[in-house]
Amino acid sequence: MNRARVVLTPPPGRRPTVAVWKFASCDGCQLSLLDCEDQLLLLAGAAQIAHFSEMSSASVAGPYDLSLVEGSITTPEDAERIVAVRRSSRRLVTIGACATAGGIQGLRNFAASGSYVSTVYAHPEYIATLETSTPIAAHVPVDFELHGCPIDRGQLLEVLTAFLAGRTPRIGGYSVCQECKARGTVCLLVTKGEPCLGPVTRAGCGALCPAVDRACFGCFGPAETTNTSSLAARFLADGLAPVDVTRLFRTFNAGAPAFRDEATAHDPRS
Amino acid sequence: MTHGRSTERTVATGPLARVEGEGSLRVVVHDGVVADVALHIFEPPRFFEALLQGRRHDEAPDITARICGICPVAYQLSACAAIEDACGVTVDDRISALRRLLYCGEWIQSHALHVYLLHAPDFLGCRDAVELAERDRSAVERGLGLKRTGNLVMETVGGRAVHPVNVKVGGFYRAPDPAAVAALAEPLRVARQAALDTVSWVAGFDFPEVDHDYLFVALRHDEHYPIESGTVASSAGLRVGPSAFSDLVVEEQVARSTALHARLGGHDTYLTGPLARYAINSPVLPDLAHQAASAAGLGGVVRNPFRSIVVRAVELVCACDDALRLVESYEPPDPPAVEVPPRAGIGFGATEAPRGILLHRYELDADGRIVSARIVPPTSQNQLTIEDDLRRVVQQGLDLDDDELTRRCEQAVRNHDPCISCAAHFLDVTVERT
Repeated sequence: MNRARVVLTPPPGRRPTVAVWKFASCDGCQLSLLDCEDQLLLLAGAAQIAHFSEMSSASVAGPYDLSLVEGSITTPEDAERIVAVRRSSRRLVTIGACATAGGIQGLRNFAASGSYVSTVYAHPEYIATLETSTPIAAHVPVDFELHGCPIDRGQLLEVLTAFLAGRTPRIGGYSVCQECKARGTVCLLVTKGEPCLGPVTRAGCGALCPAVDRACFGCFGPAETTNTSSLAARFLADGLAPVDVTRLFRTFNAGAPAFRDEATAHDPRS
Repeated sequence: MTHGRSTERTVATGPLARVEGEGSLRVVVHDGVVADVALHIFEPPRFFEALLQGRRHDEAPDITARICGICPVAYQLSACAAIEDACGVTVDDRISALRRLLYCGEWIQSHALHVYLLHAPDFLGCRDAVELAERDRSAVERGLGLKRTGNLVMETVGGRAVHPVNVKVGGFYRAPDPAAVAALAEPLRVARQAALDTVSWVAGFDFPEVDHDYLFVALRHDEHYPIESGTVASSAGLRVGPSAFSDLVVEEQVARSTALHARLGGHDTYLTGPLARYAINSPVLPDLAHQAASAAGLGGVVRNPFRSIVVRAVELVCACDDALRLVESYEPPDPPAVEVPPRAGIGFGATEAPRGILLHRYELDADGRIVSARIVPPTSQNQLTIEDDLRRVVQQGLDLDDDELTRRCEQAVRNHDPCISCAAHFLDVTVERT
């Protein structure tokens, strides 16, 4: 989906405008932008932050050179709003697992119709919500997807820098295994038989979990090329129950096709 | 914005900014009297309590962290406390201390974010911290530096600032290396001084003179300022455990909000968060924070919500000072986590998120699967009180022009640092005068 060659040509003679938009999400990915503490004021100098509700009460009307979109589409209004955001954006980059795969709230896509709203709300009739949580690319064309739950701050700066400079972002599509090797972390799958999703999960976090003796739980979603069924077979051979294989693949990136299909393959209900 | 010819007036603004999440505000003024105030929250609901059903007990911390990217540790540690309670497990002192250190990191980054980037611009007439930086770059850099140190603590202990990966039911996956923890001491000393400077800075802001008779509810701890543990106490003398508090908090759903509204005992509105924590726990603040509060002119109780920014700054001193103490006395927990074998049961956990009490309740089956979950975030508890505040702000501000009144309303909402992502989730302000 990453049309990496579709880069933004910086507008001549003026600062580019950047807008940040929120849909169904936890705010953590846009917080990652505020977390670029050392670069935040530099960025605000290099680009005009034209719309970013969490940070500023000023909002400049579009069109915008670059829109960052956090969150998934879960309501009829948001399905219309994302179309308007796309129309006012020269380039649109989605950030995080909600925007790129539907997020943890995408678990509703696998539940019985209507059961979620009635579990949480006494008056489901007050709640206007869709039966599904879907990624932004299911609704409008997306120029680049940055993955992660949450996204990595360094990768976000790379994407912003690349778009503002008019070059391709250098974001690899390889797996977490490479990052473990690079930092010299002993393999938890091989040495301890832990059900680690690292072999099929996109790198970018820096292989944080294995470094604290924890099996990767897939928060960056599937790598560009994966063999999930081979990994699942290994998990089963190591004694994991099929229901737990489904559970592992069905969390923060449950809607990403590679993870979705592997989870469904082991779901006793399907 | 329009002014009617006679007694009719409508005031409206675009989205209310500098809050976490999406909501709107509508105020109706009839013949000079505030007739109705409604905080509309239309952040799309994400149904966490439903999607937790059937998940394993050890997944609750990571799943509920995704409710809020600003305070994920609050979710993780309330979840851990509730699951451990359900399973009849207690953790040792070293694990508790490490959890408190992690939580101090979250308080520092969240409070620095709110004080400097979200709230201070209101007092200084700026639209955001970027404009503020054009006038006073060193102040904004001080705030960003504090925030960076908070994140550094979270990264060192939790592995990541947003949605830490090292927290598990029972403790941690790996105890941080003592050298890495020791390396936090110097940045924390710098942060503690920055926090003291923050108190002096915000204490010099102009505050509207208001005094609200709040019912405060906060955790209370006899030995230290409550963060990761405590019993629930109120300014009316209530003192109960998380389980009894869960029974007392009655939530109702109203058409204008995807957040539920909480009342104590089904009738009383109340306030949780910095003002409540301070009122109930100011005697156990660390000396340095206590002195800073006194120097800033705060008594033992602060009832002016606009001064919440000063209390937040005092809590920054507290969190930095406490984090430093924990760093200096750090002994790696060994093992880093206690076993939490699943059993059928119900458990409760309450901790102090930066915005107030965060209560979790889980019912588990014998295999440790979650049968039901209840999550009561601070903003749900504060929503009715925020509306009460707004009613007073509008009533006292009827002589203000529409722009100023709207600005004051927005500021009054930000006084309580609402996290709408947590509570369900855009703030538009509409003031109708008829």
